[in-house]
Amino acid sequence: MGMQALLDVFDIYLLEAVINGILLGGVLALLALGLNLIFGVIDVTWICYAELVMIGMYGMYFMVQYYGISYFVAAPLTILLVAVLGAALHYLVIAPLLTAPPINQLLATGGVLFVLQSFATVAFGIDFRNLGIRLPVLAFGDMNFSYARLLSFVAALVGMVAVYLFMTRTFTGTAIRAISQDRQIMALMGVDTKRIYLITSALGGALAGLAACLLVLQYDVHPFVGLSFGPITFLICVLGGLGNFIGGFIAAFVFAEIISLGGLFSDLEWGYVLAFAFFIVMMFIRPAGLLARRR
Amino acid sequence: MMGRGRLAAWGLGLAALVALPFVYRDPYHLHILVLILIWSFAYTSWSMMGRFGLVSLGHGGFMGIGAYVTALLWNHLGLSPWIGIPISMAAAGALALIVGYPCFRFRITGHYFVLVTLALSGIVLQVITATRDYTGGSLGYTPNRTSGNKLLALQFDDKTTWYLIALGVWLFGIVVWHWVDRSMARYALEAISEDEDAAAAAGVDVTAEKLKITLLSALMTALAGAIYCQYQMFITPDTVSGIAVSLQMVFAAIVGGLFVSLGPTVGAIITILLAETLRIGFGTQAVGWDNLVYGVLLVLFIIFLPKGILGSLLDRLKPQRKVPRAHEQEAVQVARPGA
Repeated sequence: MGMQALLDVFDIYLLEAVINGILLGGVLALLALGLNLIFGVIDVTWICYAELVMIGMYGMYFMVQYYGISYFVAAPLTILLVAVLGAALHYLVIAPLLTAPPINQLLATGGVLFVLQSFATVAFGIDFRNLGIRLPVLAFGDMNFSYARLLSFVAALVGMVAVYLFMTRTFTGTAIRAISQDRQIMALMGVDTKRIYLITSALGGALAGLAACLLVLQYDVHPFVGLSFGPITFLICVLGGLGNFIGGFIAAFVFAEIISLGGLFSDLEWGYVLAFAFFIVMMFIRPAGLLARRR
Repeated sequence: MMGRGRLAAWGLGLAALVALPFVYRDPYHLHILVLILIWSFAYTSWSMMGRFGLVSLGHGGFMGIGAYVTALLWNHLGLSPWIGIPISMAAAGALALIVGYPCFRFRITGHYFVLVTLALSGIVLQVITATRDYTGGSLGYTPNRTSGNKLLALQFDDKTTWYLIALGVWLFGIVVWHWVDRSMARYALEAISEDEDAAAAAGVDVTAEKLKITLLSALMTALAGAIYCQYQMFITPDTVSGIAVSLQMVFAAIVGGLFVSLGPTVGAIITILLAETLRIGFGTQAVGWDNLVYGVLLVLFIIFLPKGILGSLLDRLKPQRKVPRAHEQEAVQVARPGA
């Protein structure tokens, strides 16, 4: 095989990895959006966010595999389920701690992380389970893309557009945006902050539920599956600037590319290591986030 | 600062602890005591930074490095743990500096700091799992049994020796805690945790002070990991590294009491006894139940008893003790309703 032929093959793989990275970025952006939304409005970081996704994935698995419900019926039910979980998390754990130091709220969600993980271990066991839906592979020229990823990407984009429309076109959405700008004034303006917080938490949960419906197409579900994309979501949010929706969106794609391209050369885990190294370097360059304005 | 009476109490307590294994030899109970002492040391190491509002969830990573680097050097290069442990501590310290420096230099505090360190322990777990050809991945890793000198290999068969080693390490942790508590660094760090800008204006080198305590804490945590590995002779990524271990440290320190020297120890006693009771009560079905109870308790403690059991008890005894606030992020304070 000549040098040129080797280069051609390499380029194809490279292009495939780049496009797969973009597809992965869609789901990561969805996760980052949910986390950012909650941080921006309620000023709380749910470190159990990826575990909510895990519960959603189990929901999908049992509905589709065990009860034989169609995927497209199970998906809205799962989104609803995780939305209720999100609202419950706020009502039971965050609301009593709203006046406590912020670190306490964050650590309390760490306790919830334990609870969700071990609940899944106790209730479902540690076996890896998958939906058993094998979507066809789309061949495009010499490149192969899985439909699952393509579908996830499109659905994630649709989800994000829906959130955008909700935030800009409805009264509740406007109130949510206003609260994230000034918490104290909005209560004086007659906005029921408690209600808005609950709605935001449910919305954050719904986004986790949507991510669960999409991730379950590509990955096996087990009690610790949250650990494989939770840390990366946090890095994305910090790099994009917590509460900064656009920053999170861009950072999600940057990280997805690093993971995808890193995985091209070795295991996926090393992609994560590369992403973390990149993150440390970026902290030196842009400590306040990708899109930080100079003060 | 320590009164004559308290010093005498410490001395008596210590003498009793040293004498214990020579009087009472039940191997199971000694095993539990060794575990309590080793984990107490790890939790104390965590609380050295935690008490100043530097909430790190990266300590699972440091502990994993301590355990795995020591074991890998022993198995692959035949390097005695006496050399391996300092190397593993240096590795953890270097990682702490690499992550800590940009965080502190560029004022990455509060939520941001927690998330960065959280990712750190997640990544260490991923690396240990990914290098499964060397580390055995999630199946775990066993240091080779030595056929030669047991002291050189730091491998002992009897529980009494291990009990005394663990006691020594634990005591070292408590001494370091008190040493920091009585040093100037404590006042600097308390000032920083209250208000970073004001502390800087008063002449405190914020970055250097934070780096020093982080380095100390990481080194001690790595030592705890290495000792744990030498004692158990079996480690898995989930028992010595990762987010779960980091959260376990936070949980124990908070349950026991973050701002008193014996708080993390009380936390270790409670958590390990809890886990053992559940293990005996549920048998093999215990998998997951202990963490489920941990999680629920952690949430309840943070809501209802944020100073921990020992901290609240001591507060009850002498109510005027000032407790540094664990948060520092200026923007968050401003934006908080009712703050």
